[in-house]
Amino acid sequence: MSEFLQQLVNGISLGAIYALIALGYTMVYGVLRFINFAHSDVLMIGAFVGFYAAPYFPKDSFFGGIGVLIVAMIVCAIMGIVIERLAYRPLRKSSTLNVLITAIGVSLLLENGAQLLFSAKPRPFPQIFPSQALHFGNMVVSTNQIAVLVIAILLLGALQWIVLKTKMGTAMRALSFNPIAASLVGVNNDVVISFTFGLGSALAAAGGILYSLNYPSVDPYMGIMPGLKAFVAAVLGGIGNIPGAALGGLVLGVIETFVGGSERFSTWRDAIAFAILILILLVRPAGLLGKMQAEKV
Amino acid sequence: MKRVPSPLFLVGALALCFGLNAMTGRFNAYYVDVALNIGIAIVMAVSLNLINGYTGQFSLGHAGFMAVGAYGAAAVSLFAGPKLLVTFKFLGESGSHAVVFFLALLTGGVIAAIAGFAFGAPSLKLKGDYLAIVTLGFGEIISVIFRNVHKLGGALGLTGIPNETTLFWTFGAAAVTIYVVLAMVHSTYGRGFIAVHDDEVAAQAMGINTTRYKVIAFVIGAFFAGVGGGLFGHSKMSITPTGFGFMLSIEYVVMVILGGMGNTMGVIIAAILLTLLPEVLRGLAEYRMIIYSLLLIVLMLTRPQGLFNFRNPWKRQRKAA
Amino acid sequence: MKYFCAKIVSAVAAVAVFGMAAGCSKSPSNSAPSAGGGGGTAAAGGEIIVGEFASLTGKEATFGQSSHKGTVLAIEEINAAGGVLGKKIVHKFDDNQSKAGESATVVKKLIARDGAIAILGEVASARSLEGADVCQKNKIPMISPSSTNPSVTEKGDYIFRMCFIDPFQGTVMAQFAKNTLKAKRVAVLTDVAQTYSVGLATYFKEKFTKDGGTIVAEGNFSSGDKDFKAQLTSLKSSNPEAIFLPCYYTEAALITRQARDLGFTVPTFGGDGWEAPELVTIGGKAMDNTYYSTHYSPESTDPAVVNFVKKFKARFENEVPDAMAALGYDSVYFLVDAIKRAGGTEEPKLRDALAATKDFAGVTGKTVMDANRNATKPAVIVKVVDGKFKYDSTIAP
Repeated sequence: MSEFLQQLVNGISLGAIYALIALGYTMVYGVLRFINFAHSDVLMIGAFVGFYAAPYFPKDSFFGGIGVLIVAMIVCAIMGIVIERLAYRPLRKSSTLNVLITAIGVSLLLENGAQLLFSAKPRPFPQIFPSQALHFGNMVVSTNQIAVLVIAILLLGALQWIVLKTKMGTAMRALSFNPIAASLVGVNNDVVISFTFGLGSALAAAGGILYSLNYPSVDPYMGIMPGLKAFVAAVLGGIGNIPGAALGGLVLGVIETFVGGSERFSTWRDAIAFAILILILLVRPAGLLGKMQAEKV
Repeated sequence: MKRVPSPLFLVGALALCFGLNAMTGRFNAYYVDVALNIGIAIVMAVSLNLINGYTGQFSLGHAGFMAVGAYGAAAVSLFAGPKLLVTFKFLGESGSHAVVFFLALLTGGVIAAIAGFAFGAPSLKLKGDYLAIVTLGFGEIISVIFRNVHKLGGALGLTGIPNETTLFWTFGAAAVTIYVVLAMVHSTYGRGFIAVHDDEVAAQAMGINTTRYKVIAFVIGAFFAGVGGGLFGHSKMSITPTGFGFMLSIEYVVMVILGGMGNTMGVIIAAILLTLLPEVLRGLAEYRMIIYSLLLIVLMLTRPQGLFNFRNPWKRQRKAA
Repeated sequence: MKYFCAKIVSAVAAVAVFGMAAGCSKSPSNSAPSAGGGGGTAAAGGEIIVGEFASLTGKEATFGQSSHKGTVLAIEEINAAGGVLGKKIVHKFDDNQSKAGESATVVKKLIARDGAIAILGEVASARSLEGADVCQKNKIPMISPSSTNPSVTEKGDYIFRMCFIDPFQGTVMAQFAKNTLKAKRVAVLTDVAQTYSVGLATYFKEKFTKDGGTIVAEGNFSSGDKDFKAQLTSLKSSNPEAIFLPCYYTEAALITRQARDLGFTVPTFGGDGWEAPELVTIGGKAMDNTYYSTHYSPESTDPAVVNFVKKFKARFENEVPDAMAALGYDSVYFLVDAIKRAGGTEEPKLRDALAATKDFAGVTGKTVMDANRNATKPAVIVKVVDGKFKYDSTIAP
């Protein structure tokens, strides 16, 4: 029983990370109807920023950790806005296929550029938050896992607030319904899109830092797998739907952990995420929390 | 490219390949190796072009079909090979080897085609981005499956595959692939593919069974990818599940895009170029992927119809208001 | 339309012509200069071309860079002392980026285009296997500095190795677990994506159970995985007294660290795949009181070792050479010793000289080639204390 609970804790912790990264995918898709392939690499850049910024902040302290997080988020937000401006905006009028290919190009550029700059050697991510193992009976929860959960919930709440309660959020929602109508009522599409990208990238950076906290080996290709799985989580929950991303992340994290812990199936772990993706797209393409929409032709 | 190529050209091409092969001994082994890589790249890129370029189904899992073909062909060579060699002994040493290798390639191609059918079917409902991610996922699932099948070496893969790939087989396969793809495209099938590519809804409204054409594109493309995989395995002599990942699929996608989606000649040139350049520029190996990625971005921004496309660009679909 | 097909046929022909024009003779000495490092001149007469393939970049970059440095140091020393049989050694090396499939291509290039008469490499058994296929087919001797999986030398009689093999290493660690760690119940976590890990795990389990121990739990993962908490939680519930991790350094560090995070404090131990500074930079405090077996220790008082460490530090900015560097260094001298005995680099004389080595004394001890072209050598146990590697004991075969 305690093994089950421990795996559950592990799963929720992993799921919280997926949820955070999925939020970025879902936001960008909701507003722009396009899957930002490069999202997984923003995660990686965030982790590297954290790696290089950490020595400038007090070690093992709560505020030091938050500082690193904020620096990474800001750097990645700026990077996201720049990418959008240079690579995606000129293609806004062309077919989605072209944009997809460009996104793949950006993703490859980030990965290989990072490899060139930072070498492919795995770097040890420093302990930026004070780390302790807390024992609850037979279960052990590390403070890093709790930090992940708390920060993820806070960011999720902040995102919901931004989207539902601020003017910018209203503009984002307007854009996601109908871009032309939105511009007709005075929304500056370019600014809103830039903001969306910046926000999504900041979330990816946070996800990257939290991921590295728990799995402290940072390398240029670290973002691919978590990014893909987070995408699956976003689709599972309903792409374009913020609470859906959180739910999808949790469900995926838990399922994956239980499969990974089973003796017979642990090596099938990576395939689970993709199997779930295919299943959900076949059975309920709108996702768990999404609304089934009829496609008008 | 207005009419179906005459079969005579295929025969001629095969004869040329046969002649080339006979002279293999006179070439430096390294250059032969590069030539083999070029041939395999042509097979892969042209088959991918059928799916991505002509039919407009953006597949990022082509390396997965290659893997299936590689394993299938290797399995035939390694497990059934010895027995088959004995059966065909009457054809002489090289004759029996040739027959066994042909069977191995065929098997690899057929199994890959079956995989293409299995994966093509569910993908039918999906478009654009989703299809891309799902095909990527398929590629990864195939990799995980092979990692877990212990009969096929598990995570360690298969080694000791007989080195059967020669210039004849490789360029012969390339010639056949090109011929088949061109022949299909210039027939009613081709009309179907292009119709699906241009506007699926309009095609359905006209009574075209888009499902059928999409599946056919996947199956044929996968078949040749499987043959390419068989050639690959018998050239490198060892294959591992991790060797057929997403990055390899991307390399072929870049060839298709560089060449111009739906432009076979351009894709062939791109395949040759993108196989030669990394060898020639081995000193710049670490910059290679950066150059590729910049190429993709710049190409999409400036010349989305591809570098080697000398015809009118595909109509760019404007997003509906 | 016909012109189109003519274009295809001529494209194929063009490639053929290219191939013909560029490589029209079998002798590699006419080929274009290589871009892969080393000099670019022909091998006619005054030079011996030695090829090396290693993982200079990528996941196991530390291994490749280490063994490469040892090789470079040895070749520089030999050339400074006048070379071999009056000829200088030309060192051509290539990077396989720690990727599967690259080694075959790279070795083919070293042999066919660069004209190497012998190939040095690799550290990781899986990549050695790839290179071995090519070397054996081309009848060029290959010397692996530190691949420990037995199947590498089973590829053929042109493949040699400088180090012990995993059946021995598995035995060493099984005895270590029983005698030093006093553990009767051990769990094993195997990296199923690496030949080395699967082999070492098998040999360890065999010997450990034969000696009366029990393997209480087993788990699997693949190189590149980052999250092991699921497997560790499952192992923890069987209450092992120690965990054997026959994998490479990155995963060993991550696994040990996550184990400690889960409050799982039993010692972890492993094989020579652990040997890298990243073990402690990634593993941190979690790696204290862990052990692994390797081929040599830089702390040895043997004058050969002391001398080697001094020269290495002087050449490479005070870096202390690890086992891979030492073996890379020894593999060059081993080759050169055989070349001298064979009086040249022709096959099969060179191969036979290599196989007949009975008494080669190197930095990593005395190398004696057994019937399977493996070296019989002692193993060194290293303990990690306070983020540093400390010599613990030597176990003779």
